[in-house]
Order: sequence, then C-alpha cells, then structure tokens
Amino acid sequence: MVGSLGRRVVLGVYALLIIIPLLVVLTGSFKTTEQLFDAPFGPPSTLAPTNYGSVLTDASMGTAFVNSTVVTVTAVALTLVIGSLAAYGLSRIPGWKGFALYGFLVLGMAVPAQSNMIPQYVLWQRLGLLDSRLGLVLVEIVATLPVAVFILTGFMRTLPRELFEAGSIDGAGPWRTYRSIALPVSLPSLAATAIFLFVIQWNDLLYPLLFIHDPAKVTLPLALLNFQGEFLTNYPLLFTGVIVASAPLVVAYVFLQRYFVAGLTAGSVKG
Amino acid sequence: MTATTETRAGVTPAADRPRRGRRRGAHGRVHPGLWFFPVPALLLYLVFFAGPTLQAFQYSVTDWDGFSADFANVGTSNFGSIVSNDDLFRGALTNNLKFLFVVVIAQTALSLLLAVLLQRNSRSSTALRALFFLPAILSSVSVAFVWKFMYDPNFGLINQVLGGIGLDGLRSAFLGNADQAIFWVALAQVWAHAGQLMVIFIAGLQQIPAELYESASLDGASQWQRFRFVTWPLIAPATAIVVAYTTIQSFKAFDLILGLGGNPPKGSLDILSTRIYTTFTNSKFGYAAAESIVFMLIIAVVSLLQRRAVRLTQHGA
Repeated sequence: MVGSLGRRVVLGVYALLIIIPLLVVLTGSFKTTEQLFDAPFGPPSTLAPTNYGSVLTDASMGTAFVNSTVVTVTAVALTLVIGSLAAYGLSRIPGWKGFALYGFLVLGMAVPAQSNMIPQYVLWQRLGLLDSRLGLVLVEIVATLPVAVFILTGFMRTLPRELFEAGSIDGAGPWRTYRSIALPVSLPSLAATAIFLFVIQWNDLLYPLLFIHDPAKVTLPLALLNFQGEFLTNYPLLFTGVIVASAPLVVAYVFLQRYFVAGLTAGSVKG
Repeated sequence: MTATTETRAGVTPAADRPRRGRRRGAHGRVHPGLWFFPVPALLLYLVFFAGPTLQAFQYSVTDWDGFSADFANVGTSNFGSIVSNDDLFRGALTNNLKFLFVVVIAQTALSLLLAVLLQRNSRSSTALRALFFLPAILSSVSVAFVWKFMYDPNFGLINQVLGGIGLDGLRSAFLGNADQAIFWVALAQVWAHAGQLMVIFIAGLQQIPAELYESASLDGASQWQRFRFVTWPLIAPATAIVVAYTTIQSFKAFDLILGLGGNPPKGSLDILSTRIYTTFTNSKFGYAAAESIVFMLIIAVVSLLQRRAVRLTQHGA
C-alpha cells in the first residue's frame, strides 16, 4: 500500500489526540492545581485520593452517584420491559393497524426534547413529580421509549415466524411465547439496547437540570455541571468529578465493548 | 449495483420466506392477546410524551409565564417576534448553523478517513477502533470539562504546548474569542463523536466487494480514483446516515454548550436548544414554546435539504 507510512502517522497522531487529554485528566485528578499547571503531562507525585475524598463528600458527588445509579438502572430496566412488550406485539400484529401504532410510537424520535419539555415540566409539576427520582425515571422512560421500540421491533421483525408458530401449536399463548421464545432469542439485541439506553440515561443532563433542584436528588451530570460555579478553575477537582462520573461506563466498556458499539450504532442509525 | 442487491438478498431470506407462507392464514391466527402488549408503551407515550408535544402548540400562542393562573392569547405574535425582531434567537440560530456546518463537514470527513484506514480487521485496527470510539461514551459535560482545560487561555494544554515548542504567536484565547468560540466547541464535538461514526463507515466499507477494487486496479485506477469511483458511491447509504445523525446531534449539543459556555451560555456560544432553555428559565413559557416549535421546524427543514444534498453529491459521483 502506497500510504502505509502516512496511514501510521495519521492513526498515531489521532490516537495521541484521544489518549493525551484523557491521561491528563486521569493523572490530574491526583494533583493539586499548582502541580497540574506546572507539569500537566507529568505523573502525579502521589496516588493519595485526596481530590476523590473531597469530591465525593463535600461536592455531593457521592449522593449524585447513588441517585444516578438508582434512576438509570430503574429507568433502563423499565424501558426495556415496556419497549420489548410493545416491540413483540407490534412485530406480530399484521396489517396496517400494527404498522400505524408502530409509526405513531417511533414518530417520537423526530421530536427534539426541547419541544415538549415545557409542557412536560408543567405536567410533572402538577403531579408532584418534580424533585423526585420517580419523576426522573418516568421522563427518561418516555424520552427513550420511541428509539427503544424502534431498535427492538426492527430486530423482532427479522425473527422467522415458524419460531412463534411452533409455540402456538404447542398451545402457548402470546405471553408464554414472549417470555420463553421472543425474549431469549432477542437477548443480543436487548443487551445492545440496554447499553445504548444506559449510556443515554446515565449521561443525560437536560431532564435533571429541568426537574431537579433539591441538592439531595441531583444526578452525576448535573452535579458535575454545578462544579462550574463552585470550583471555577479548580481543574483537579473538575477532573476528579469527570473520572467519578465516567468510571462505571468506561469500566463496562472495557468488558462489553462489542455491545457498546452495537448499541450506540443502532441508536444512531435511527436518523 | 448488482453486487449490493446480492448482499442484501443474502441477508434477508430468513425474514422473507416465512411471511410468504403465512399470508393466507395470517388474520385467522392473530391471538387477540397480542393487542395488550403495546398498551403500556402507548399509554405512557400518549400521556407523557405525545400529549405534551401537542400542548407545546397550545402554549405557543400565549404569553403564559408558567405560574400565573391566567394568561392571554396572543395569537401568532410570539412567532412574529421570533422571526422578525429577536436578536438573541437569531444569534443562537447563526451560531447553531455555523456549528452544524463545521461539525458535519469535519466529522464526516474525519470519521470516513479513520474508517478507510481501519477497515481491515487486524488486531491493531480493532484496538484503535476501540480507542477512537471511547470518547463517545463519556457524558458531554465530561467532554466539556476536558476541553475547558485544553482551551484555558492561561494554563490550558494547547497554549502550553504551543509555548513549549516556540509557537507563542499561535496562542489563543479560544473560547474567550467571541468570533471563534463556537468553532472551538465544534472541534470538541468532533473529538467526542468521530470514532462513533467511523464505525458506521467501517460497516459500509466492509460491504463493498473486494473484486470491485481489484478490477479498478486492473483498469489502472489510482488510489484516489478507486476511492472516488468505487468507495464513495458505494458507501452512499452510510454517508447519508452519518450526515443525518451528525445534523441531529449538532442541534442537540445542549450539554456541551452549557459545559463550555456556562449556564446560561454566553452569547457567542448560545445555540437554539440552550436559547429555548434560557427563555424557559426566565419564566417565558409561552414564548419558549413558540421557539421550540420553530426549532422543530428548522430541524425538519435542514434534515430535508440535507437529504437532497447528499443524494445530489452521490448521483454526481
């Protein structure tokens, strides 16, 4: 290949452009501001988690971590259950009726969050769901349901019908077929969708920003954004916050990379 | 052309085959219980998503502040102001279009370049793909903070490196420079998502049959010609997806803007989504709702125009 050297140079430079900022953030989370400014690329002189201590306790990142975990795990699980039920039904109801319902549901993907957030805010307020984790779970579910139904229905439509007919012949109703045939064979697609939803919901800033004002209920992205005001240019603390907020996803990425790529790709192909 | 239809046909027979066999008995065998399955999704979606979307239209013709018991119907005057004399909205629109333009061009080009370089499934390619994809899973607020430090005028990485290699003349205020700020944010966006879109291009590239390249080489095509006349036309579907997704993403860059531009963001970094949010937090619910409807329309129009443009360039190719 002609461009073999050029190829290496381009890839090498781009790899450095990804690695260096991330490495500076990681090592910076163990430094003081002076150390970071003096030698941003140098290794930290200590691995004492001083910044982590202050970020988790003083800056309420600990609370935020718990909130994010509770909200995201609940919302992802419920979105998957509700979404896979819908996908199963809609992929098996023949004719225009099933298709119309499907179209109505996935039309939601074309609605930007900013376009219904105001009436949603008012509705949540009337129902007493502001400043509540339940309210946050609910909004994350409805915001991601269209794309979840889109991905899962797309997958279930490719399943051969014989698979389900075999079940009906044995006298299994749709519920049994859903549980013991549709769900097990859809596992790879469910896993990819779960990861896609997890990344979106874990990282979401908009809805917590709108619905949560009680410091005890903040999630990680919101806690992180609030750093801006508090620790204006205390970069080591900002970096520590970044690491705390990203660590679960990055660790999961190392082990489940294939599902991350599949999930995020399925999510973007919706366009 | 024949090659693409062949691969398509190769993928779908499992889905086609049974449907043909079913046609006749289909309606008789649909279990009525199936209708219950979409009910939870539809109910939640109707009450908490579709309903509020329609209500946005209702709010948009009022001057409601969000908490008063009464409000006036102002007809289309909100829309009139947005279109004719709202400098803040116009500024946000201009910024958003600049951002969109740069991100779409740079991110599509970069992700395609990376995909071409990494399309073979060697061990090093796989490892690099995984690395390049990594920023896509970070929250945009995290990405914003990484780049806040990169761009810091005094202590930032970029200025330090420039100073270190004797290029002090190139030191910049980056985000502090109102004319350029939005472009620097665009760069951060590309850094975060190029690797994600690279994956879509790689999938597209791997579908192109190797024989096409071989016969092009036999005909004496240069590397550039092979790209121009084989790769580019045949990855059209992938390009369309990448461009469409990048466009939507550029309108949704809300978190990155708040992280780098502050909350509310300074004028040089305000885009449409943050403008609507700021109007809303200033208790102008009716006006913000009108802005959000204009926003939805703008996205629809830009997406449509773009689909056309992509199709045109690919027909030309």
